[in-house]
Formats: sequence, C-alpha cells, structure tokens
Amino acid sequence: MSLILTVPWMAWSILLPLGGAVATFLSRRYASRLTLLFGMATAVCVGALGWQLALKGPQRHHIGGWQVPVGIDLYADGLAVLMLAVTALVGLLISFYATAYFPKAGQEETGDQNVASSVYFWPLWLFLWGALNALFLSADLFNIYVTLELLGLSAVALSGLSGKAEALSAAMRYLFVSMIGSLSYLLGVALLYNMYGVLDLGLLASEVRPGPTSQAALALITVGLALKTALFPFHFWLPPAHANAPAPVSALLSALVVKASFYLLLRLWLGVFPTVINTTAVDLLGFLGALAIIWGSIQAFRQRRLKLLVAYSTVAQLGYLFLVFPLVLRGGDFTAWGGSAYLAVSHAFAKASIFLASGIIMHVAGHDRIDELAGIGQRLPVTMFALALAGVSLLGLPPSGGFIAKWMLLNAALITGQWWLVAVIILGGLLAAGYVFRMLAHSFTPATWISFEQPVARRMEWSAFALAAVAIALGLVAEPPLTLLQSSTSFAGPGLREMIP
Amino acid sequence: MNENSWMPLFILLSSLVPGLIIFTLSEKQRALRTTLNMAGATIKLLLIGVLIWGVLNGNVYETRIPLLPDMYLELHADALSVLFAGLSTVLWFLTTIYAIGYLEGSSNRSRFFGFFSLCVTATIGISMAGNMITFLMFYELLTLTTYPLVVHRGTSQALRAGNIYLAFTVSGGALLLLAVAWLRTIAGPLHFTETGLLSVYGQDYRIELITIFAMMIIGLGVKAALVPLHAWLPKAMVAPAPVSALLHAVAVVKAGAFGIVRVVYDVYGVNFALELGVLYPLALMAALTIIYGSLQALVQNDLKRLLAYSTVSQVSYIALGTAIAGPVATIGGLVHLVHQGLMKITLFFCAGNFAETLGIHKVSEMNGLGRRMPWTMAAFSLGALGMIGVPPLAGFISKWYLGSGAMVNGQLWVVVVLVLSTVLNAAYFLPVLYRAWFLPQEGPWPEEHSQLHGSRLETHWMLLIPPLVTAALTLGVGLFANSSISPLGWVRLITFREYGL
Repeated sequence: MSLILTVPWMAWSILLPLGGAVATFLSRRYASRLTLLFGMATAVCVGALGWQLALKGPQRHHIGGWQVPVGIDLYADGLAVLMLAVTALVGLLISFYATAYFPKAGQEETGDQNVASSVYFWPLWLFLWGALNALFLSADLFNIYVTLELLGLSAVALSGLSGKAEALSAAMRYLFVSMIGSLSYLLGVALLYNMYGVLDLGLLASEVRPGPTSQAALALITVGLALKTALFPFHFWLPPAHANAPAPVSALLSALVVKASFYLLLRLWLGVFPTVINTTAVDLLGFLGALAIIWGSIQAFRQRRLKLLVAYSTVAQLGYLFLVFPLVLRGGDFTAWGGSAYLAVSHAFAKASIFLASGIIMHVAGHDRIDELAGIGQRLPVTMFALALAGVSLLGLPPSGGFIAKWMLLNAALITGQWWLVAVIILGGLLAAGYVFRMLAHSFTPATWISFEQPVARRMEWSAFALAAVAIALGLVAEPPLTLLQSSTSFAGPGLREMIP
Repeated sequence: MNENSWMPLFILLSSLVPGLIIFTLSEKQRALRTTLNMAGATIKLLLIGVLIWGVLNGNVYETRIPLLPDMYLELHADALSVLFAGLSTVLWFLTTIYAIGYLEGSSNRSRFFGFFSLCVTATIGISMAGNMITFLMFYELLTLTTYPLVVHRGTSQALRAGNIYLAFTVSGGALLLLAVAWLRTIAGPLHFTETGLLSVYGQDYRIELITIFAMMIIGLGVKAALVPLHAWLPKAMVAPAPVSALLHAVAVVKAGAFGIVRVVYDVYGVNFALELGVLYPLALMAALTIIYGSLQALVQNDLKRLLAYSTVSQVSYIALGTAIAGPVATIGGLVHLVHQGLMKITLFFCAGNFAETLGIHKVSEMNGLGRRMPWTMAAFSLGALGMIGVPPLAGFISKWYLGSGAMVNGQLWVVVVLVLSTVLNAAYFLPVLYRAWFLPQEGPWPEEHSQLHGSRLETHWMLLIPPLVTAALTLGVGLFANSSISPLGWVRLITFREYGL
C-alpha cells in the first residue's frame, strides 16, 4: 500500500517509454517485443498512478526534489490520468497490431518497402509515447513547449516513415505546420513570462489578470495549438499526413497526437485563463468547430479513398471538441467539458480501430479505393465488424462512448439555450451517418471475381476489433471514467491553484 | 437486487448472448447455430411466461444500470411492456423456425441469425424500457440491427433500399433524440408513468411541450410508417421473407407504434395530451395513413408490396386508437398491436412460402393456388379475412372497439374512416382470395422448387407450421377474446391502469 502511495509513478510513466525508445533503437532484433514489454510496464505505472489519485486526490511531483521555480514539476488530476490511460491502452493495442504489420528485423533482405519503417517505427513510437505522457503531466508552460516539440518531431518522422513521395511531402507540410504552431505558442509564453514572471500553471492561474497582453498571449498560444489540433481552417495538413502514413502511425496520429494539443487548450482556457476569455473568443472557437464538423463531414463523404475519408472524419470529430468553449462559458459546466473530454476519449478508440481496420483492408486489397472493394466484407468479417462498431461510436448512436459524449454535449447546449449548437450537433450526426455508411458500403456486397487472397495475421484483425469494442463499452460503463474526471479535475476553480507548492 | 430485478435483464440476454455467439460460428456449424437459436427463443418464451404471471400478480420487475451520474438504463416490466414483449417473443420463436427453413442452403447465415437475434433483443429492450432514454437507446439500436437484415442479399437493389431505410430512420432517430434531450431538460429523467408525468409542466412550457410532442411523433412516425414518412417501407421489401415478416409484424413498424403509445400515455398522459390539443392532428394523420395505404395496396400487383401498403394502413389503427382517446378506443388501438402482428406475420409467412415453393411473387400468378397449397392458402385467407375485419377473427375485435370508442367520444368521422378502410381492405384482399380458390391454374408455376416439399406436405414443414400456428392464433384470439388471458383481456387491464380507473 505504501509503495503505491510513495513511488513517483508520474515520473516513471514518462521515463519508461523514453527508456524503451533507447532500448529498441539499440536492439533492433527484439524491438517489437521490447516495445510490448516497456508498454506494459508503462501501463502498470499509469494504473498505479490512477490508484494513487483515487486515494490521495490530485498529485504534484517535483522531479529530483527541486522546487518551483527551479525544478520541473509534474501535475496529475483526473483528466491527465484519463488521457494517460487512454494513451496506454490505445498504444498497447496499436503496438500489438504493429508487431504483425511491420516485417520482422530478420526479414530485411526481402527488399520490402517497409524495411526502413520497421527499423525506426518502434523507437519513434516509444519516444512519441514518452512525449505524450510528459505533455499530459507537465505543470509549466515552458516544459509544455518542450514536450510539444518532442511530440511534433516524432509525429512528423513517423508520418513520413514509408518514404513514398506523397508521404514525404505530407510529412514536410506537417513539419512546417508543427514548427509554426510551436513558435506561435512560444511567443505567447514569452509574453506571459515577461508580464508575470512565472511559468508554473498554478502560479499563473492565480496571477493572471485580464488585459491586452494576456489576451494577445492567449491568442498566440491558441493559434499555435489550434494549428496542431487541425481546427478548421487549419486542418489542411491533416488529411494527407494521416492518410499516407502506415496504418499504425495513422492510428496514433488521429487517436492520440491531435488530442494532446486539444488537451492543452482545454487546460489553459478553462483552468488557467478563465478570467481572460470572453464571449467573442469562445464563440469564434465554437463557430470554427461547427464549420469543421460540417466541412469535414462533407469532405469525408466525397472521398474516394478509404483512408482519406477516415482522415476527414477526424477533422469533423475534432470540431465537436471545440464546441466545449461556448458551452462551458455559458454555464454548461461538467456536462460540457466532461462530454468533450469523453468524446476525445471515445474518438481515440474508435478512430484507432478504424485506421487499423483500413490498414488491413489496404493490405489485403492492395489499395483503398472504396468503389473497388466489393466483397471485402466476405473476406474480412472481423475487420468489417470492427469498422461497423467503431462507426457506431462516430455516429454517436447508442450504445457507444460517442453517444454518451454527444448526449452530454447536446444536453449542455440545451441547458445553456444555445440552439445553433444544438442544430450543429444533430446535423453533424446525420452527416456522419452519410460517410460512416459509405465506409461500410461493402460489408454486404457479395464476393466478386477479384479475390482478396493476401493473408492477414489474426492479431491485426483482433487488435482493431478490441479497440472498437472498447469504444462501445465506453457507452455501457461511462460512470467510472466520468466520476474520475469530475471528482478530481477542477477547472476555473481552486484545484490547480491549491496545488501551488 | 432480488430475482425480480434480474428478470428483465435475463430476458434481454436470452437473445443477446446467443446472437453474439452465433456471429463467431462458421457457416458449416449448422446444428450448433440452430440449437442456439431455438434454445434462446425457448428460454425467452419461458421467461416471458413467468413475467406475465408475475405482472398479473402485481410483482414489480425492474433492472437499473447507471449510465451517467443522473441517467439510468432502466428495464421495467409493466402491463403494456408485457403485451409487446409477449407478442415479440412468441412471434420471434415462430419466425426463427421459419427462417431456419427458409434460409436452408443460402450463404451468410451466421451473420443473418446474429443480427436477427440482436434485432429481437432491441425490440424486447424497447418493450421493457422504463424511461424515455432507455427507449431511445433501444430504438436507435433497432435501426442499426435491422439495416444488415434489410441489405442481407447484398444486391445493388437491396443496398439502395438499405440507404433509403437508413436515410429515413436515422433522421427520425435524430429528431427523436433531440426531442428527448430537450424534454429531459424540462422534466428530468422521464420515467414512464401510468397516467403521464408532464401535466405539472403544462403551465410554464405549453409551447415547448407541443413542439416536442410533434418532434417525437415525427421521429416515431418514421418507423410506424405514418404517411408521408412511410416511403422506406415498400422499398425494404427486398429483404428475405422472414425479415419482412418480423419487420412488419413485430420489430420496426411496431416499435414506432408502441413508442407513440408510450409517449401519449406514459409520458404526456392521455388527459394532458387532450388538453394540449395534440391528439387531434395525430388522429388525422393516422386516418390519412389508413386510407392512403389501402388505396396504394389496391393498385399493387406484387404480393409483398401489397402487404407492405396494407401494413402502412393497418399499423395506423394503433395510432388512431391512441389518438381518439377514451378507454374504449384505447382498448381497440392497443389490442390491434397484437392482432395486427398475428395477422400480418401470417400473411408474410404465406407470401414467403408461395415465393420459395413455387416462385410466385405477383398477385396475377396466384390463380389456382388454393388447390396446390391448400394449407398455406387457408392460413393466408384467415389472415386476409382478419385484416378486413370479418367476425370472429382478430381484426374484427380491434375494429369493433375502435368504432365504439369513436362513437362514445362522438367522433363520427372516425367511424366513416373505419368503414371506408374496411371496404378498401376487402377490395384488395378478396380478389386475391378469389383468384387462389376459384380460378383455375394458368400454365406451370413460375419456378417450382421440388426439393422443398416432402412426400406429403405442400412445402417444407418448417415453412408450413409457423403460418398455421399464427393463423390459428388469429382465430383463437378472436373467438376467446373475452377470456382474461386473451390479448383483449390483458389490454383491458392496461387501459384500466392508464386511465387510473
């Protein structure tokens, strides 16, 4: 018991993946097994951290015992732990899938295009995992900048992994966007530091005053993070980058990486700067989110390639997350931000599943042109089932995590009387039905003369299925994660500030 | 939790679990699949028997599963739910036998029976939903689980019909979702209450409540096929016969009608709905549907389409009885829920037999059929005469109560509608019967499957028994209407409770 309470699980959940990255880089032969090993160890740390949180409430940890402002501080509350847990579970299942997706180190001589991918995937992914965990736990603005850079670099490298021309140009674009985003964020941080002389989130939250400098700083930070989250109209880089990456990478990018920058927006807007924001700002973000939903859904429906369809659906689903700002400011409270966080979580599982399933289809068919996939459902029933279950969550139909989340958002919109948001949420669901069922179009078509004979490892199909099953299960057992969120996260309230050392 | 609180959950699981297992079976495991199907159907039948006995003796059966801090998945067995659940269970049992015989030797049977079981699970869930949110969840689930059955054949015609089906039901579902969410912000958890729960809000929210009622009726009217929301139904006829039978008699159409009954009686409360003045438009809509459906049926040559339009017409008797209000009309409407189910499923079973055994799809091909398939044709005739309302068959009882109810309330125009509809029913059913029994056979049958009939029977026994049983029931519930265990007796019980008599 005392072990659970005293061990700095936060630090371990960052160090283990980073250590794993080094280990997999050195020992390529055992890279996939090492990844699973380090991944599971990380998951155990996150579990223990959750337990710690349940017993003692939100935690602050000074790395190496150095106090603020000199040392590096980590902070864990319900939201952070939930994100860590989602990263761990989604990450493990994607890793498991990837062990079959990438050729083994011994088969490098076959001249397969995936060779470079297989060598660099493992260390890069573990590096990304470490960066994600660090980002979720960081308690000061500059450390967050560092984690953002680490995250961006590893994500860009992963997205160009296949080495194909389209993938490289998409990765290049992603790199530029990521750099500009970080730069904009850093400028904002510099302004704040100049004004208040602190970087710690808790200290800042109690010091920050409304005014032009604060607003300008927050605007810069927001633009930077919105670029990285691919909020409409900054979404242009996302579809090519996500669609051209190898399947496990697409899944990681869509499920986890874009959520990280949104997580920061949520924390900063609601936890640190609630006194600075005003109705114009939140309405602008909400409006862009609404446009993202509509534009992303329409574009998704129009795509001819499966992975592009899925990538545009990410643009649309990310739009929902941004509705949280007008909802919370007008009194939506937990119904609003809890719903938004829950949507981020269930979308992570659903979208990871869909990208993994698309990878299987692409592997078997050799392409992902939707119109030429007739009969694929007969060949890959489990994959199709995974796609359908995850699709239900995207649609926001019961029983699924997506339903619970959209139900909460809808309720928040109704309670706060924001009818245009009600309309957007309903319309978004209908548009999603359009592209989800297009995605599933070939589940029922009879097999044609084109035979899809490429063998598929079963663990690939079942990983995709497991992720979709979690997305559904989130609709049946919503209470525990939501209680975790509600009881130990405090936005705009004393939570973060009380933790000032 | 005592055993009573587990009961509704068990009833749900008795079809859910076999359904999920069936998905994992391969096509060849026919014996196991059949065993699972029949075991599930039998167990459910027994459990429902126990449930009916318990409800009659005043036991309370309720399962509550928390979904959100303030939202429950609530399964509750009251007299009304038992009526619908009992009907679904009995007809599911028979349809399962029929479907096993019907699909003998065709492909994708595991998928078919899997979704078939899920579809029944959703229907039972609808019948036992204890609040509006639970109802909504199962209502949406029904859309999702019936879609694969509609497009089961995978032809482009089936896929097109499936798209139309989805377009209608998903939009209707979205509207219902919005209405329920809105109503919840006004009136809390929306637990179904005999005699209604909204009358206390009548003062403050009059306009809102009327708008929500309209939205709910439209959302439910899509599935109940109220004109002009019925266009999907004739198209969905491409589905295999057991699906059409179940869709029309029990699952989809009935779910909509049942929902209307729930909203009027257990949410709004019939007296409060009268006071709001929302029942009159509903009655008009139902009357219009009754006439329109019959007129369309008159000009159909395709037997299944004729039956489809007849469904459009007949299901609206339920809505009509509900909307006229007053205990007598209520009895007529509710009892028709069961009666229409028995008659319509008989007709669809028979139509399926004609198609499977002799390749007959059109009315014009039915000359002399009575001599070739006397048993099936006899069952068909009972169903058709019942639909017309010939005493002492089931349909007569419904129409008698509807008519008397309208007279009691002084709404003579309803009686005119009923008479007109009866004339029209006779006009489209009697020529069919005349052809089959009295005209000689013209040339060979379109496509005779000789392997389907054994040495003495006119078709496979699994196809023959179900329509004979349901036809016998059609006669039985009419003859023994006055006994306390007949549907009529049960509906009287419900009505007394709904009106608080």
